[in-house]
Amino acid sequence: MSGVLRIVPSGFAIRRAPRMIERHLVVYRRQWLILVSGFFEPLFYLLSMRAGLGELIGTVSVAGSEVPYDAFVAPALMASSAMNGAIYDSTGNVFHRLRFSRIYDAALATPMGPGDVAAGEIGFALLRGQLYAISFLVVMWAMGLASSWWVLMALPSCALIGFCFAAIGFVGTTFMRGWADMDVVTTLTMPLFLFSATFFPVSAYGSWGWLVHLSPLYHGVALVRASSTGTLTAASLGHAAVLLAVSLAALLVAARRVDRLLRR
Amino acid sequence: MRSLPVLAWQSAPYRRTWRLEVMSSFVQPMLYLLGLGIGVGALVDRNASATDALGGLGYAAFVAPGLVMTTAMSLASNDSMWPVMSGLQWGRGYHAIAATPLGSGEIVRAHLLWIWIRCGYSAAAVCAALACFSSTRSAGLPLMVPVAALVGSAFAMPIMAFSVTAKMDGSFAAIQRFVVIPLFLFGGAFYPLDTMPTAVQWVAMAAPLWHGVVLARSFASGGIDALPALGHVAYLLAFAAAGAMVAERRLRRRLYP
Repeated sequence: MSGVLRIVPSGFAIRRAPRMIERHLVVYRRQWLILVSGFFEPLFYLLSMRAGLGELIGTVSVAGSEVPYDAFVAPALMASSAMNGAIYDSTGNVFHRLRFSRIYDAALATPMGPGDVAAGEIGFALLRGQLYAISFLVVMWAMGLASSWWVLMALPSCALIGFCFAAIGFVGTTFMRGWADMDVVTTLTMPLFLFSATFFPVSAYGSWGWLVHLSPLYHGVALVRASSTGTLTAASLGHAAVLLAVSLAALLVAARRVDRLLRR
Repeated sequence: MRSLPVLAWQSAPYRRTWRLEVMSSFVQPMLYLLGLGIGVGALVDRNASATDALGGLGYAAFVAPGLVMTTAMSLASNDSMWPVMSGLQWGRGYHAIAATPLGSGEIVRAHLLWIWIRCGYSAAAVCAALACFSSTRSAGLPLMVPVAALVGSAFAMPIMAFSVTAKMDGSFAAIQRFVVIPLFLFGGAFYPLDTMPTAVQWVAMAAPLWHGVVLARSFASGGIDALPALGHVAYLLAFAAAGAMVAERRLRRRLYP
């Protein structure tokens, strides 16, 4: 190994993360139906938005132009599903592996380190998230909600959202005491889901709009929305930078927490 | 009466966690109400045609009873999937009960009682949240608690009947994806059913959620007609009773093969 890897603390050396991903792929090979049926969720949500709330609301004004409500809400739902998928994967599933099936203890008995475990988990969450994002995009396209090729930029945006929330969720999991704490996770993600300019524009908050900017999901929604309307600007780069910064910070904390938990 | 010991067994883990749960069943609908009722409500209520479609109600007042009922539905269905499978396969508590003079009948009845209690206290917490807003406050709020318990049991019993024979917990994800979430979205809780295609309307009306939502909404807005209300109650009771019967028969076969 090169000298660099010896200088970096062992917890941050990530060399065998693909082994973790491989393990999950083997397990999911028998549960592919669950992954495939994930395609129906965006379909149901978007259909209900079009026929239900869309009928009641009509259009919403975004950046000076009137947009049909379903076109306004679709990218936001895509971003939220990227968040929810990453959060639940990195809390519920990871908690089960950490405390009940004890896969990480097994992994650490091999040459893998805590950094490998953390990076492997986040990598798998990202893979899964991309699968759901692609199915969301297909549904949007089929419903006529994707107008330009720029909409493809929603995929890397969702990857960034997934990365960010997988890292945050992983930190949260290391603090979880039992299944009842999943309620706390839901209670914390719900305000993000509802108040990140998902269902109504930031202008509705009046002078409280700055509060919305504190939500990482808001930056994700802005990014996906700009991709789906083909209006990516310099501000979009700023949103991406915020997401990246939050993810890296959470990743550092996650690696340290896992190190402490598993090497006790 | 003999199902009370089973009820005590079933509720034991909640003695440590119920405070957290009541808290979150107070906070979560509160957030939903702020987000949907007030944020989306502002978008809906500027259209006069939308207010007509909602029967003259503001959107917050329209959606509030729906929130109580969807909370009961998701709670009751979650409680009737993994915990039931745990009783038979993982923790095997049901087998332990069957080794005593108690049996499948007591287990099903205790589960029913438990769902009533759990949906009851959660719905009460939601109603407390609704009472905080002038647009959703009404004298009919306390009446939503028994309706929520009824809706909960109308979901819990058939789902329990399903869970008793389920082989893998993967099928529970399917129930959530193809029953609970579609009903949440298309069950008439968030917008009136009239704008839906007729086939969707029929399916939604066949499910227990819609009956509970309509009943709760009529209590909240004070426009109760006795006969349709009785019909809704009877429908919900029939769902719960039929589910309980099937669940008991299947459970007996699993426990005493």
